[in-house]
Amino acid sequence: MAAPREPLFLGRDSYRRRRLTDAARLLPLVGVILFTIPLLWGERDGEAPSTSSAGLYVFGVWIGLILAGYVLALRLSQTEPGSADPRDDADKSDPSETR
Amino acid sequence: MVTFNLLILVSLAYVVFLFAVAFFAERRAQQGTAGWMRTPLIYTLSLSVYCTAWTFYGAVGYASRSGLEFVTIYLGPTLVMVGWWWILRKLVRIGRTHRITSIADLISSRFGKSTALGVCVTAFAVIGTTPYIALQLQSVTLSFDAFNGTGRADDQTLQYTAFWIAAGLAIFTVIFGTRNLDANERHHGVVMAIAVEAVVKLAALVAVGVFVVWGLGGGPFSTMALIDASPMADLELQTSRWIGITFTAAAAFLCLPRMFQVMVVENADERHLSTASWAFPLYMMLMSLFVIPIAVIGLELMPAGANPDLFVLTLPLSQGREDLAMLAFLGGFSAATSMVIVAAIALSTMVSNHIVLPIWLNAQKDGATVSGDVRHVLLRARRLSIIAILFLGYVYYRLSGGGAALAAIGLISFAGVAQFLPSLLGGIFWRGATRMGALAGLSTGFVIWMYTMLLPSIGVDGVFPQAWMEGGPANLHWLRPQALFGIEGLDPVVHAVFWSLTLNTAAFIIGSMLSFPSPLERLQGAQFVNVFDHSTGPRGWSQTGAAAEDLMMMAQRILGPNEAQQLFQSEARRQGKGDDLPDPSPEFIDRLERELAGSVGGATAHAMISQIVGGATVSVQDLMAVADEAAQIMEYSNQLEAKSVELENTAGKLRDANEMLTTLSVQKDAFLSQISHELRTPMTSIRSFSEILRDGVDLTRPERAKYSDIIHAEAIRLTRLLDNLLDLSVLENGQIDLELQSGTLRQVLERALASSEAATEGLKISFDAASAEDVIETDLDRLTQVFINLITNAAKYCTADTPELRITVHQDGPIRHIDFIDNGAGIPQASQSLIFEKFSRLSDQAAAGSAGLGLAICREIMSKLGGEVRYLDGSGGTAFRVSLPIGTNIAAAAE
Repeated sequence: MAAPREPLFLGRDSYRRRRLTDAARLLPLVGVILFTIPLLWGERDGEAPSTSSAGLYVFGVWIGLILAGYVLALRLSQTEPGSADPRDDADKSDPSETR
Repeated sequence: MVTFNLLILVSLAYVVFLFAVAFFAERRAQQGTAGWMRTPLIYTLSLSVYCTAWTFYGAVGYASRSGLEFVTIYLGPTLVMVGWWWILRKLVRIGRTHRITSIADLISSRFGKSTALGVCVTAFAVIGTTPYIALQLQSVTLSFDAFNGTGRADDQTLQYTAFWIAAGLAIFTVIFGTRNLDANERHHGVVMAIAVEAVVKLAALVAVGVFVVWGLGGGPFSTMALIDASPMADLELQTSRWIGITFTAAAAFLCLPRMFQVMVVENADERHLSTASWAFPLYMMLMSLFVIPIAVIGLELMPAGANPDLFVLTLPLSQGREDLAMLAFLGGFSAATSMVIVAAIALSTMVSNHIVLPIWLNAQKDGATVSGDVRHVLLRARRLSIIAILFLGYVYYRLSGGGAALAAIGLISFAGVAQFLPSLLGGIFWRGATRMGALAGLSTGFVIWMYTMLLPSIGVDGVFPQAWMEGGPANLHWLRPQALFGIEGLDPVVHAVFWSLTLNTAAFIIGSMLSFPSPLERLQGAQFVNVFDHSTGPRGWSQTGAAAEDLMMMAQRILGPNEAQQLFQSEARRQGKGDDLPDPSPEFIDRLERELAGSVGGATAHAMISQIVGGATVSVQDLMAVADEAAQIMEYSNQLEAKSVELENTAGKLRDANEMLTTLSVQKDAFLSQISHELRTPMTSIRSFSEILRDGVDLTRPERAKYSDIIHAEAIRLTRLLDNLLDLSVLENGQIDLELQSGTLRQVLERALASSEAATEGLKISFDAASAEDVIETDLDRLTQVFINLITNAAKYCTADTPELRITVHQDGPIRHIDFIDNGAGIPQASQSLIFEKFSRLSDQAAAGSAGLGLAICREIMSKLGGEVRYLDGSGGTAFRVSLPIGTNIAAAAE
């Protein structure tokens, strides 16, 4: 019989969710860093990449951010227990919503 | 060739279509079947009001002038959207929780519902947005004009067109923007129409882009080669503009009144934000994907001097693709109209709520007593302000002459509304932000923005004379509008944004730190900053994992880590969950509560658990039970305290007793050595004289008699000493036999005086026996002994030159006090407690015959007789008082 795993003593789902929110907070910072990188290229005289490749880089990072945002948003809504977002209750109790 | 009339017809048809969409959506919303309209997709598409005619036409112009830099206008908002968890989530929650109707409402509410701030933000927003509306009118007018081909319409016609566009937009906005006074300021019809327009503009731009890349550029790769070969390839990215404009766009995205309207006010469900966080960047990415190819190919194919701002339209036209041009025209029309409509709604809400209403309420003497009144006034104010705002935009368009590049106007507007950013972010993240700080920051920022950006933009010699721009006002060099504080060489846009926002933020922070918030401000500040604690927040999922984890953490704190882990592990095993946390099932929670109750009391455990498990809130009964427990604990602690005081007192007494015992023990040692000496002295003389008598055969008779007398006297002295010791021991052991006799005090005292006559030679004794006639019944012999002792003590120890002893008797109820007072030195305070102890002697004076037992014997006798003897302090000499009750008390005392 295998040795029992060290108990984690935390809710795996909610722990995972909190780390997901950390990632969601981090994502714009990653974007800022990646979007400032083209500025560093110009420092090598004459060696700066062409406008088209700079454009490809910018759009590549852009698409990457969108995909990362998509995955995060998807996972964040999936890790919400049950089908309902906790904030859903607040919405339901909002009388203006029924209009 | 598309005729102008056809163009008008198509535009009108499109507007009618939009009317229909808006009307339909409004109808559905009123019937309560608007569910499908409240989807993340509609929300995302409505955000596209960010992409105005500036984007649609201006981006290409921007790209042809500055290259890749145009994307910064979209990168800023992309970063804000992707980072929704930081700011947007909070903004939307605050907006929904506090029923915020506009950005002016948000800032004014946050800072104590300040009217001044509301007016300020509204005015600045109108000033900042007017050029933007003019920009939309200009681009739509230009696009109309573009269809005229080479034959340019005269200015008169253009202005005429612009006027009718403004009028048409005003009508549409008034109809759908002020239809109702929704509590949430939501406009389903408008949002729906905007979503449709968003699709149209994206489709139009992508269609033109696809046509340009595949139709004119020969595919993506050759297009890329064309890009690298074009003049655009020589344009280098400027670091300050790249960062500065990205930042400005991000700030404007948050602060633009129309963005706030669609993002926060029209938000129907917070979850839509998470979809929009990636979907809207995708939208913007697609919008800008074909900008550079269109610009490059436009520059190549179009004649020199053609306005690059219109390439999207003129490029298909020049290639004879009028259908595509028509689509592009509709796209641009959509972009312009959606922006104008939403901006007008947002601004009119702000104007009516923060300017008109306060004025109207002030003007009404009685205040708003009838709610219908306010409603009516508000609606009319809104309609009028929509018309006024559009008219302002038209006037600005007329004044500016429609000459400036689209992007330049757009950036001025962006930088203007970005001045809201410090107050907005400070308001939702910093509780210390105050109204004064916000007012100071906003006004500082706007003054600098107007001075460095808006006024210079009106043109050289427009507002500022040329000399000002180059030398500063009144030759103050450091005040040049585009080189404040002598910092030259910065790009004017970056310069203006940098100084206005830096000084704005500084004024905001310093103002906040130096002022005090009003109570309402502090309340609002706490509610805004901690909105996730106050509103129904992410604790909602606490029924599962998080609750078990919180329970675990609480249990660890109370029970200790090991016990808690064992408890949870055993429960998890029982539930068959292996290593995971157990479910907080009712049985488990009961069990845990019992365990915790053992440590913290039942009521407290219940309150703590229900706090974590949620659902059942803590009831008043629970709280009272907690209070009871606390009261019990307090009572117990009070008892402990009382006991501890008692213990302390006892310990003090014991300490005193111990000190006394120690002193006595020392004295006893001293006495033993003394008594052995005193026994030894007579014994020595007895031994030596008896030896002389035994051995001295030739002693004379008188000699014999003398020696025998000495031996006899010494033996008597020994006997007396031993008698005293025996007496005391008998008294102390209670083996004394008292013989009751009757007599008066006078008799007893006289007997004592007579007996001690021999010992009291030289002592003058005065006896006041006036009240000594009472008959007492006691052991008179023992009483006499006490008196003799006190009298002889006075004779022995009185240090006066002519010793005197006064004996007085007085009466205190049934008690007789007999005082023996001499004129000696008295006994020092410290020794007074010792003189009645056995073997105590204060000095060696008159040591012979005294073993320090006299007073001890007196005390023992008096206590047997039911009275007492004590030292009388403060009577001018050594004084002893014997107190004795009349009548018989011996029996009880002798028991």
